[in-house]
Amino acid sequence: MSEVKILTGNQAAAAAVKLCKVQVISAYPITPSTSLTETLAEWIERGELKAEYVRVESEHSVMTVCVAAATVGARVFTSTSSHGLLYMHEQLHWAAGSRLPIVTCVVNRGVGAPWSIFNDQQDSIAQRDTGWIQLYCRDNQEIIDTVIQAYRIAEQAYCPVMVCYDGFVLSHTMMPVEIPDAEKVNAFLPPYKPHTFLSPEEPRNINPVIFPSQRRDDLGILRDGYMEFRWKLQNALEGAREIIVAANREYAESFGRDHGGMLWSYKTDDAEVCIVGMGSLASEATAAADLLREGGIRAGVVGIRAYRPFPRQEVREVLKKAPAIVIFEKNVSYGYEGALSADLKAALYGTGIDAPVHNYIAGLGGRDVKAAELAEAVRASLADIASGTRERQTWLNCVTE
Amino acid sequence: MPEKLFNVNQKEYILPGNRSCQGCGLSLAYRYILKALRENTIMTIPASCLTVLHGLYPTTSVNVPCLNCTFASTAASASGLVAGLAAMNRTDTTVVAMAGDGGTFDIGLQALSGAAERGTDFIYVCYDNEGYMNTGTQRSSATPIGALTTTTPVLTKQQNKKDMMKIMEAHDIPYLAMMSPSYPVDLYDKFVKAKRIKGTRYMQISAPCPPGWVFPPKDTVKLGRLAVETSVVVLYEIEDGKFRLTGRSKTLAEKGTRAPLVQYIEKQGRFKKMSMEQLGKMQKWVDGKWNEYLKRAEG
Repeated sequence: MSEVKILTGNQAAAAAVKLCKVQVISAYPITPSTSLTETLAEWIERGELKAEYVRVESEHSVMTVCVAAATVGARVFTSTSSHGLLYMHEQLHWAAGSRLPIVTCVVNRGVGAPWSIFNDQQDSIAQRDTGWIQLYCRDNQEIIDTVIQAYRIAEQAYCPVMVCYDGFVLSHTMMPVEIPDAEKVNAFLPPYKPHTFLSPEEPRNINPVIFPSQRRDDLGILRDGYMEFRWKLQNALEGAREIIVAANREYAESFGRDHGGMLWSYKTDDAEVCIVGMGSLASEATAAADLLREGGIRAGVVGIRAYRPFPRQEVREVLKKAPAIVIFEKNVSYGYEGALSADLKAALYGTGIDAPVHNYIAGLGGRDVKAAELAEAVRASLADIASGTRERQTWLNCVTE
Repeated sequence: MPEKLFNVNQKEYILPGNRSCQGCGLSLAYRYILKALRENTIMTIPASCLTVLHGLYPTTSVNVPCLNCTFASTAASASGLVAGLAAMNRTDTTVVAMAGDGGTFDIGLQALSGAAERGTDFIYVCYDNEGYMNTGTQRSSATPIGALTTTTPVLTKQQNKKDMMKIMEAHDIPYLAMMSPSYPVDLYDKFVKAKRIKGTRYMQISAPCPPGWVFPPKDTVKLGRLAVETSVVVLYEIEDGKFRLTGRSKTLAEKGTRAPLVQYIEKQGRFKKMSMEQLGKMQKWVDGKWNEYLKRAEG
């Protein structure tokens, strides 16, 4: 039976990990992800969760443990934030390159220097090109549901998945969360069956040195070169779109909650301006859209749920009638603009969608972002657009002079 | 009881032909390591000469399963294998991590220390060729004083070697051993013993390296013997804290017939710029260690 509890985002994620019958967990403490892995450690020590917990000395080792344990066939989990994720960076490439279905909760937090423990999404955005699927959650219900879907997606696509949610804003904020029925989760997520695992019965040399081009093995069979391996990873991420959409659809059928697959939208049908964002900021934007509508501006919201693979087709479809687009995001691709803004514009290029796109960098290092401020920024952008400004990059609430 | 040479496992786990250099000390040792460990072993190895020995995709010269990992992560990779196998109820498999001195004394030290502190049930093997030999002979913290490397190309290395065995002993682990491929039965016996022990076992092997140390490949075994005769390398084991000299080193201690260090130094091109002062300093370092071992062996 499902039940409703009042949970923080981290507690919701822990509940999902338990429901997914994860077999190996490794973690290193880092704020604000810590309470998630502390909860799991307590459940394991109390005998409420049957899993190996490897308490390692660094996040670099955390992801190494996940890679190795997955290589012998275990379902694995970890969670981290900020510098912990950056310290894993090398191993993130190995997890993806090894095509292992590892699920990691990334509790988004700003990165130094200088130190900040508070939220933005620079940490996971900086891992954009490691070959991981990235899913962003807007509330605690979406966190528990997305972690469960993430294992399904990872094990079908043979790609690791980051489930990203905003530190403190969600990780430490309590909300009502419906915990799915365990039997139904078992039916949705069968035990992990790896197609290759390391065993003395059939010795394999996994991830050895590889040539640039294809090469024959001892049986004369032509095997992949480095480029072919890379292409297969790219193809797997592109192909993961269908898996993400199907996982969301089947989850909605079983559990009655639809989080939108690749993206979700709010009041976009008649919108004269579409606000685009990820995670809790996109959720906040729905309040801004309501404020704008009260003031006579027909605003809608597009929440990007899957950032990698990028919802290329879906954004084209949802934004095709939008006369104006305003993007709010908690990251910067330094020397250019917000990463989401750059990706979104690239997706719209050459499609005939010619709406002006304004980009706002917001909430870095935990700076508060209120719905009224988002609404005000949209109003300012619409006025600018009316006077012909097609592109604009603004740091919201930042003293720039 | 030490096994007699004719009792050594006749099965070969390294297939004929591999990519190691001529006269590679590591490859001699590795053959006996795998013979002693036998079946039901899983290896994990970082970027190193051993990666090269294992071969290039899609072929391999080694008949044991192996997970390649990043340079800093060898012991963590072993920890993941151990945890994964435990989760799958496959606890009868021996997990072996094997890295060079760069991957052990330097970049891999943090992960190794962590795994040893946790008491992870695995064998860690360090083959010590005293430098970053896979990348072309750069200095590591295992390089001895007075040695030329490509990153100490003019003045030679100025510091003594890091005492890795002491660092690992401080982790209070059940078994440590020091070995040389020039004494394969001693090496074989220690691995047979290590396989039977639970917990973290640290095995260090001095691996003579013809291109890095600059000596003819045919002299690898001779050079390994000279290292032991001069007690630059001392064969011993520490089991549950109890220190014991073994093999040739035990004999040298009993007979008191150690050779002077210069006999080992003069055979290697890497020491051609070693000063008399450095030779004296290294002799003093070697003597100090030897006396320490003698005292512990008596105790």
